[in-house]
Amino acid sequence: MLNRDSFEQSGLRAGLARRWAALRRFSAQTSQDEDSAEHFWALKDVSFNVNEGDVVGIIGRNGAGKSTLLKIVSRITDPTEGRVVVRARMASLLEVGTGFHPELTGRENIFLNGAILGMRKAEIVSQFDEIVAFAELEKFLDTPVKHYSSGMHVRLGFAVAAHLNREILIVDEVLAVGDMAFQKKCLGKMSEVSRVGRTVLFVSHNMAAVENLCRRGVVLDGGKIAFEGTSKEAVVDYLGRVSGSRDSTGHIVDLSAASDRRFARVPLLKRLEFYTDDNRPLANDLQIGARLQVRVHFDLPELTADFNVGIGFDNSYGQRVFTAQSQFQPDRHAQARVGLQAYICDIPSLTLTPGEYSLRVWLEISDTEADLINDAVRLRIIESDYYGTGKVPWNGALVLKHRWRNEGANLSAARDN
Amino acid sequence: MPSSFEVTIRPHRGWQPIDLREIWLYRELLAFLVWRDIKIRYRQTLLGALWAVLQPLIAMLIFTFIFNRLAGVKSDGPPYPLFALAGLAPWTFFSTAVSQSSNSLVSNQQLVSKIYFPRVFIPLGSVGALLLDLGLSLILLALLMVHYHWPVSLNLLWLPVFIVAAVLAASGVGLTLSAFNVSFRDVKYAVPFLIQMGIFVTPVIYPIRYIPGHWKILMGLNPMTGVVLGFRYAILGSPSPWPVMGLSLAVSVVLFISGLLIFRRMERRFADII
Repeated sequence: MLNRDSFEQSGLRAGLARRWAALRRFSAQTSQDEDSAEHFWALKDVSFNVNEGDVVGIIGRNGAGKSTLLKIVSRITDPTEGRVVVRARMASLLEVGTGFHPELTGRENIFLNGAILGMRKAEIVSQFDEIVAFAELEKFLDTPVKHYSSGMHVRLGFAVAAHLNREILIVDEVLAVGDMAFQKKCLGKMSEVSRVGRTVLFVSHNMAAVENLCRRGVVLDGGKIAFEGTSKEAVVDYLGRVSGSRDSTGHIVDLSAASDRRFARVPLLKRLEFYTDDNRPLANDLQIGARLQVRVHFDLPELTADFNVGIGFDNSYGQRVFTAQSQFQPDRHAQARVGLQAYICDIPSLTLTPGEYSLRVWLEISDTEADLINDAVRLRIIESDYYGTGKVPWNGALVLKHRWRNEGANLSAARDN
Repeated sequence: MPSSFEVTIRPHRGWQPIDLREIWLYRELLAFLVWRDIKIRYRQTLLGALWAVLQPLIAMLIFTFIFNRLAGVKSDGPPYPLFALAGLAPWTFFSTAVSQSSNSLVSNQQLVSKIYFPRVFIPLGSVGALLLDLGLSLILLALLMVHYHWPVSLNLLWLPVFIVAAVLAASGVGLTLSAFNVSFRDVKYAVPFLIQMGIFVTPVIYPIRYIPGHWKILMGLNPMTGVVLGFRYAILGSPSPWPVMGLSLAVSVVLFISGLLIFRRMERRFADII
């Protein structure tokens, strides 16, 4: 957090600086009663600078105050207290295709949307062809937007926004839409924008995007700044927060505070511990194909041999990509057990594509669900040179060892005959 | 970085002045919003812009039949159809503008909650778009004047003044109602009723001379009285009771300014409660 002096200084030096201080969500009530319990401060004592050319990622869980911050900075809502100083032309994209009118054609909407985003007509005219090419909608320019698919809609919206020539861009989650290929294109455009020295404030749940695009990161939690640093540090901090109660050792996740949980009688799952190769504790990211060992601590209330521990890996689209269960282990139930148990699930090589995975953990006793925790922890798989070729696999759900070979001239010669 | 771009975002309390610099910066957007409203108004209709002409035309025919033929209401000089249409053209503009602009913020929720630009443009844009309809109905009036061989005088030079007055009156009422409509959707139900009543307290159907002495001043508090009288004065050369018209024009200006101020005061809460 910066004091006023450093704000003024950096403002003079960089020519561009902003300060957020004690921002407060404007309550729907007209009452100015400060002590009223009805008041909820969506943001309070939030103060930071963004210098010219900075690309700052704002992350935080839902309700942390990200949207309020964006709305205040974009001038959509007035702060109750505090101020923001903006020293350049700014454009905010809180949504793709704001103001598109379904009855108007693609061409007409480009002009309308551009104007709403603050572009001059001349600016739009000069960039028109690029916008159309970027959106890949040449053939549908004169079709009313109401006949567009949602993907086309998003493409057109992003294309207009991407061609805004503003020194400061405020971008919210807009990349969370569209198909994978277009998302990649948008990310490419975003990093291009940040490379040419424009100032970007980027709010996203896509941690990989934040890490790739942003140099700095700010983590909001409960309406306050919880962390400020490089984007990588911020992502690590955020992931630590969403997984709830990782203690200082980092690799241990206490499950007693888990929120999304259902159990039959009492919570039985106690904690998880993460290790990678050589039993090294795993505090944050895992590279593609690295070893993952999860130690599950749980309680068996009665003597039983019929129990099953499971771990499910869901990708960021909510699809289950892999399920590990102790019942798949052929020789495990040699004897009945009772009391505190620790089972290790050892995955020699976790070959999932880079991204964030949410882990679900459960315990079944006598084929009935005894305890289940959703989103117990988030695991991030990061890019690595898995194939040893310098080419990073990012597409699809799995990374599998595979081979390609040349069948040689024999086959084609055989075909010719 | 040019200092002209420096903006400080801070809390606003109480009455706010109009930021003319900002309005100038965004002027092209107002033109785009007007253009959009014109483009979409008659999309997917069979008769298209003919509707702009049909409404006052049909109202004129009905009024002529009922009030002139059956009830014996006389005009203030010109043939009754001309008299009625010269009043109906600005009145239709006003009533449509008020009903559309008072709903404009609510029907553009997405714009209000997702992007910043001078919000006054939303109701003003819907008023502006209706100037086209006003122009079309004035053309209809001109054709009708040719038909009746009714002459035009130099009074016509006054017409722009009364068009501006009509725009100010419609904008003032529209700005105020649109702002209230954000928190109180009652406006949506009250407006059609008020407009329906409004035509009776405005000299559209009858000439102002039907109103006895001092009641005329009360009529002058209605901003549309001056506009309707002014249209007839400028186009048809009807008599012009300047005290009533002057008062009425002043009311238009006051309504516009107060509408802007009320709008600005309520504006900062729009995104939160719309």
